[in-house]
Amino acid sequence: MAMAQAVAIDGVMRAADGTPLKIALARAQRREKIKAIGLVAPLFGFILLSFVFPILLMLYNAVYDPDVAENLPATVTALRDWDGMDLPAEEVYAAFVGDMKEAQKSRQAALVGKRLNYELSGIRSKVIATARKAATLDSGPYKDAVIAIDKVWGEPETWATIKRSSSVYTPFYMLAMLDMRQGANGDIEQVPEERRVYVDILKRTLGISLLVTLMTLVLGYPVAYLLATTPQRFASILMIFVLLPFWTSLLVRTSAWMILMQDGGVFSQFLGITGITWLLNMLALTDGVPQLFKTRFSTIIAMTHIQLPFTLLPIYSVMKTISPNYMRAAKSLGGKPFYCFVRVYMPQTMPGVAAGCLLTFILSLGYYITPALVGGPTDQMISGFIASAINTENNWGKASALGVILLVATLILYYVYNRLIGIDRMKLG
Amino acid sequence: MKKLTVLLGAALLAGTAMIAAAPAQAGDEITITSWGGAYSESQRKAFYEPFIAAGNKVTEAEYSGEIAKVRAMVEAKSVTWDVVDVDTKTILAGCAEGSFETIDWAKLGLDRAKFIGSDVTDCAVPNILYSTVAAYDTTKTAEPANLFEALFDQVKYPGKRALQKNPFVNLEWALMADGVAPEEVYKVLGTNEGVERAFKKLDTIKKDVVWWTAGAEGPQLLADGQVVFATSWNGRFYGAIKTDKKPFKIIWDRQAPDWDWWAIPKGTPKLEEAYRFIAFASDPQRMADQTKWISYGPANTDSASKVDPALLPDLPTAPDNLKTVFYPDPVFWGDKFDELNERFNAWLAQ
Repeated sequence: MAMAQAVAIDGVMRAADGTPLKIALARAQRREKIKAIGLVAPLFGFILLSFVFPILLMLYNAVYDPDVAENLPATVTALRDWDGMDLPAEEVYAAFVGDMKEAQKSRQAALVGKRLNYELSGIRSKVIATARKAATLDSGPYKDAVIAIDKVWGEPETWATIKRSSSVYTPFYMLAMLDMRQGANGDIEQVPEERRVYVDILKRTLGISLLVTLMTLVLGYPVAYLLATTPQRFASILMIFVLLPFWTSLLVRTSAWMILMQDGGVFSQFLGITGITWLLNMLALTDGVPQLFKTRFSTIIAMTHIQLPFTLLPIYSVMKTISPNYMRAAKSLGGKPFYCFVRVYMPQTMPGVAAGCLLTFILSLGYYITPALVGGPTDQMISGFIASAINTENNWGKASALGVILLVATLILYYVYNRLIGIDRMKLG
Repeated sequence: MKKLTVLLGAALLAGTAMIAAAPAQAGDEITITSWGGAYSESQRKAFYEPFIAAGNKVTEAEYSGEIAKVRAMVEAKSVTWDVVDVDTKTILAGCAEGSFETIDWAKLGLDRAKFIGSDVTDCAVPNILYSTVAAYDTTKTAEPANLFEALFDQVKYPGKRALQKNPFVNLEWALMADGVAPEEVYKVLGTNEGVERAFKKLDTIKKDVVWWTAGAEGPQLLADGQVVFATSWNGRFYGAIKTDKKPFKIIWDRQAPDWDWWAIPKGTPKLEEAYRFIAFASDPQRMADQTKWISYGPANTDSASKVDPALLPDLPTAPDNLKTVFYPDPVFWGDKFDELNERFNAWLAQ
């Protein structure tokens, strides 16, 4: 009524209280928007603080390298003109002695030593000793005096390393985690063969995750189909078998696998009783009782068990929504059951398969405790090395760089996945 | 900028510790931080309780050796831990980085020469010695003549061996088994050829090694009959022998001891009290008493005669056990751990 009146007066639509409808609407929408933002804000803030900020800090830490630049400022400046061919000039040594005296006073020499030690193994204690002794050098010439303290200061490589680490930002950690380094002349080269570990670890992490994902898919798909197609009464009972382990702590399940898999444990006795051990020995695949515990095999089995519900449940929930009419229609059009299943049913489950596999794959990349307890020394994944970089080596640059590599690997995968399948087609349930 | 990052990063680690320890600032009580578990229990019985009975106040805190927490406190100039029980690696790094007070032995009223290993660092008082040792099950395995026979003689002792997944001590033992004199070990290991030689020796048993990471695994693998010899820290085997009544025997030959230390974070407002506690806890009788609750050796040489004779043979510091002791070089490992650990991991993956 009111609106009709308002239009009648000046051609502007008005709300009941007389304000133009446009303004009233905008006002109402703004209120809704504020309400919505208010509701989302806690989560947004939480994610910002607990997820975005730490990741940014990690990215920063992977290239941040202040120890040399901040503690040897004069040396770094003096080295700027050094050609890198021969030993640096007297001024560099004089600056170095000054920096060392200062570092000794502020107790920062150990940090310089620790940082240089990553590249020149064994130099840490020499830096600390030099800082202590530098206090006794009152006047020049410093060059010979410093070299007399330790002959490491008479090697151009030492100074090249200092010069290279003189920026506050460094590619060192990222390169090191790809088994590469900057050579004496600044070129990027591979580290010596006996120190190449990290590329193998990355490959291993991706390989294990892929295998676990495939295993869960092969095992989980038929079970999901069974669950989705059995009458509700039986399905709920079967569902308990899937969910019960899902609700059990990861650590408990891992420990259970330790007991099952250990030598002389349930698993190896089973192999003995059923004659599988005998068969394997006959086929010359094993020699004696097969080793299960602390192997890749047991790692994959335990991880598959833990990840199975993560793959299965999204597939199940998608299958639940597929109407049986499609299959009936396909069959009524003359399709053989297998053909119908592959051509009609399976494509409809793809969003669930994709979601389940992606979930399992990404979760598997971060596995830490299960490979540590059930796996052998060659089954440890990236997370294990991140933990030891932080806890035992106190090397946050390395830990961050490994984290960045894991993050990048995940993002690349996500990208490929998106191009192949499309993220909008993913259904978690 | 640097301070900011250190603080931001360290705050993640230290936040909880600071909150937990904050009430300790009230009154004149001191906060003593140690490793928890049976070890803290032994310190509580031997030191904290008598110290409290003598009219002092003590708050206990726990950590897992994260030096980052101590550094964060010192940098933020808000030190809430007054005395910390640290391991050798931590004290050497922390002392060089200025996180701990330099110890004034005269002020403590202690004779530095009487403490085993007191010359390793200026920032701490050695408190106990624990040792990496091998052990075997006497009901299943005959006594080996020495450590090297146990670890490397697969003809006489076929079967698996459990070793720590760490280059530390394993490389030294391999070199000594290969004929390097103990005093030459670090000279040899400092060269590329020496490292290769150690790995070559370990190659001979590689397929028979079960690598452990947690200290409890060694005794467990031995108890399960998975291995013929296992290494671990002597207290772990002692616990299995005394508490779980396992028929294990420790091989003390070439035991590799390490220390735990009392240290004072730099800038604590309770410096006097911290000194008073360390002096109190370094009393020979009290250090001897600690062995009643844990089988680690008192670093004070005066304690040896005061230890219950029944307990003495189980300590790393018992004279008989020290006959062929091998002291690992903490400075060498401070320098070389990163490199050797990478090579060790690469070797494992081969």
